[in-house]
Amino acid sequence: MAEVIEKTEQRIVDEGLDKGADKLTGDQIARVIKAVLENETGARLKVYVDTCVHCGLCSDACHIYLSQNRNPKFSPAGKVKRTMGEILKKKGRVSPEFIRDAAEVAYTECNLCKRCVQYCPFGIDVAYILLIVRRICHKLGVTPLYIQDTAHSHSVTMNQMWIKEDEWIDTLQWQEEDAREEMPNLRIPLEKEGADVMYSVIAPEPKFQPNLIYYTAILMNTAGINWTMPATPGWDNSDMAMFTGDNEIMGRIKRAQFDAAARLKVKKIVMGECGHAFRSVYDVGNRWLGWKMPPIPIVHAIEFYYDLLKAGKIKIREKYKKSVTLHDPCNVVRGAGLHEKARYVINEICENFIEMHPNREHNYCCNAGGGVINCGPPFKNKRVKSNSVKAKQIRDTGAEILITPCHNCHSGMEDIISYYNVNMHTKFIIDILYEVMEKPGD
Amino acid sequence: MNSPDSFGAIYNFVSGPLVWVAFIVFVGGSIYRFYDLIKLVNRKEKFIYSYMSWKYSLRSIIAWVTPFFPVNMRKHPVLTVVTYVFHLCLLITPVFVLGHGVLIKNAWNVRWWALPESIADFMTLMVIIGCIFFLVRRLVFREVKYVTTMSDYFLLAIVAAPFVTGFLCYHQVGNYDLLLILHILAGEIMLMAIPFTRLSHMLFAALTRAYIGSEFGKVRHARDW
Ligand code: SF4
Ligand code: SF4
Repeated sequence: MAEVIEKTEQRIVDEGLDKGADKLTGDQIARVIKAVLENETGARLKVYVDTCVHCGLCSDACHIYLSQNRNPKFSPAGKVKRTMGEILKKKGRVSPEFIRDAAEVAYTECNLCKRCVQYCPFGIDVAYILLIVRRICHKLGVTPLYIQDTAHSHSVTMNQMWIKEDEWIDTLQWQEEDAREEMPNLRIPLEKEGADVMYSVIAPEPKFQPNLIYYTAILMNTAGINWTMPATPGWDNSDMAMFTGDNEIMGRIKRAQFDAAARLKVKKIVMGECGHAFRSVYDVGNRWLGWKMPPIPIVHAIEFYYDLLKAGKIKIREKYKKSVTLHDPCNVVRGAGLHEKARYVINEICENFIEMHPNREHNYCCNAGGGVINCGPPFKNKRVKSNSVKAKQIRDTGAEILITPCHNCHSGMEDIISYYNVNMHTKFIIDILYEVMEKPGD
Repeated sequence: MNSPDSFGAIYNFVSGPLVWVAFIVFVGGSIYRFYDLIKLVNRKEKFIYSYMSWKYSLRSIIAWVTPFFPVNMRKHPVLTVVTYVFHLCLLITPVFVLGHGVLIKNAWNVRWWALPESIADFMTLMVIIGCIFFLVRRLVFREVKYVTTMSDYFLLAIVAAPFVTGFLCYHQVGNYDLLLILHILAGEIMLMAIPFTRLSHMLFAALTRAYIGSEFGKVRHARDW
């Protein structure tokens, strides 16, 4: 039955993958694979591959497998078999067609969420293995078109959305002006040397959701934080290069951000509600640059709100009335353990918090992260269909509001909510915090 | 095995020099695998050391040897029980079965603690049942079948063989002499296979857990079970 369904499924057309693969030759593929495996992998890959006993126990961890009728080709070990397994078996002598399909698996059928690591008796990191596959595909020039465009943008502008420097500054000034109507002496301080906090956002905020910067400006000013934002590249903490496998550009982006913070002599970087960006500065990009931990403390929004509320710097006027549930974003929960702080914040600002199940480190991924949503419209249908378990999980809470303190999750959940007709709205924490906090004019 | 003499010669060979070969390959091979691994880490991924933490390594290992502690074990209760019983019997039986103790006594004149025969017999049966269970799992469950390769069936056979032959010997079913020699050979093959096949998970499981446990504990501040 599964076979029949697969055959009738439309093959997805993506120029980046299809045309990229057309240009390849067998020799080139073998050479690149050899180079990546020899120069960039070592004991971890070897032990993972040698130790995996093919027990299939990781399957139940993966929302994609669970949502695709438990089709084993979507299980974590199944995806390794279809990619790295074949590559190693054939010693790199695989066809261009194979690389195209392996790229589709690695870029669009795995969110690198690492939930499967928690389910494997040996702790085998399938996400790591698939990231190596992405690295190979990147080096072969076979990457999905849309996400590649964002990597290009990073490379040219040091931000993800092709935003020019004057547009960035304009946007901040425009938000400052607007916010001054509400709070007359509000500032969004640009380039303030020696501030305590450098606030950084992902490029989609100034592009599509400048209101989030507005809310944060109100929060910062109310709490009396000595903060600044850089006017130069380095303000964007997002990082799609990390997900295309373009580690060199990832390194440049992260360096730009750390440099901006060092130039402004700030004590820490605070970032907005984004998960992948946190992963990039805290876990991946810093390591690529040779820093064991980030060279300057990085504080995710959840933790920042937590600190403000704990210290009483922000007071709540009246708690939010509607029932809310929380989607724990992989990158800051399985990636940084912020789940209890998130719950503290939500309980401080909302009256009625309902847990979804599973939760905390065991939450299901949104299926947008890991760059999957950034692979764009060609893969949207598949992405949304591959997360029916998520739809069920959030629907079962019966909550009216779904809090998603991560941009990728946020967009991914909106797609899921509309496709599965779940009666729910998504919000960031700051949307609610802004609404319920005491402001100086009150 | 036509005459008692040729049986004696073969028996002496498989239970003498070949045992030595098997143990040397097993111990030497295991040391080599560890050595090779450490060399690889030093050459390419030295940073791994800086992330390792005893505390979180042990936390992870203890979590995963405690029955029904990890979420996934609770999701598969039958498999969990079979896996524990299987692995315990697999490791304990060969070391403490009476027959092996007698051999050790004869060879080195050291006293060896032995399991009561009926218990050893039962444990052997558990290993065999475990192997059958794993085989059925591989054949029946789609998610297991899909990732199974020929080598997995071979390995299962390599593990089952010493126990099946040992069980038959003990119960004197079939040609005892032949089965005894097959039993010894099978045991030796299994021992030698450990460092060089997926059975090496016996050697590396603690290491993979220690690494990921440290990552999760120290960097991710999250549970890995
Ligand atoms: S999506 Fe998550 S659970 Fe599924 S294979 Fe990738 S990392 Fe593992
Ligand atoms: S990755 Fe782990 S859980 Fe998955 S098949 Fe391999 S050993 Fe089993």
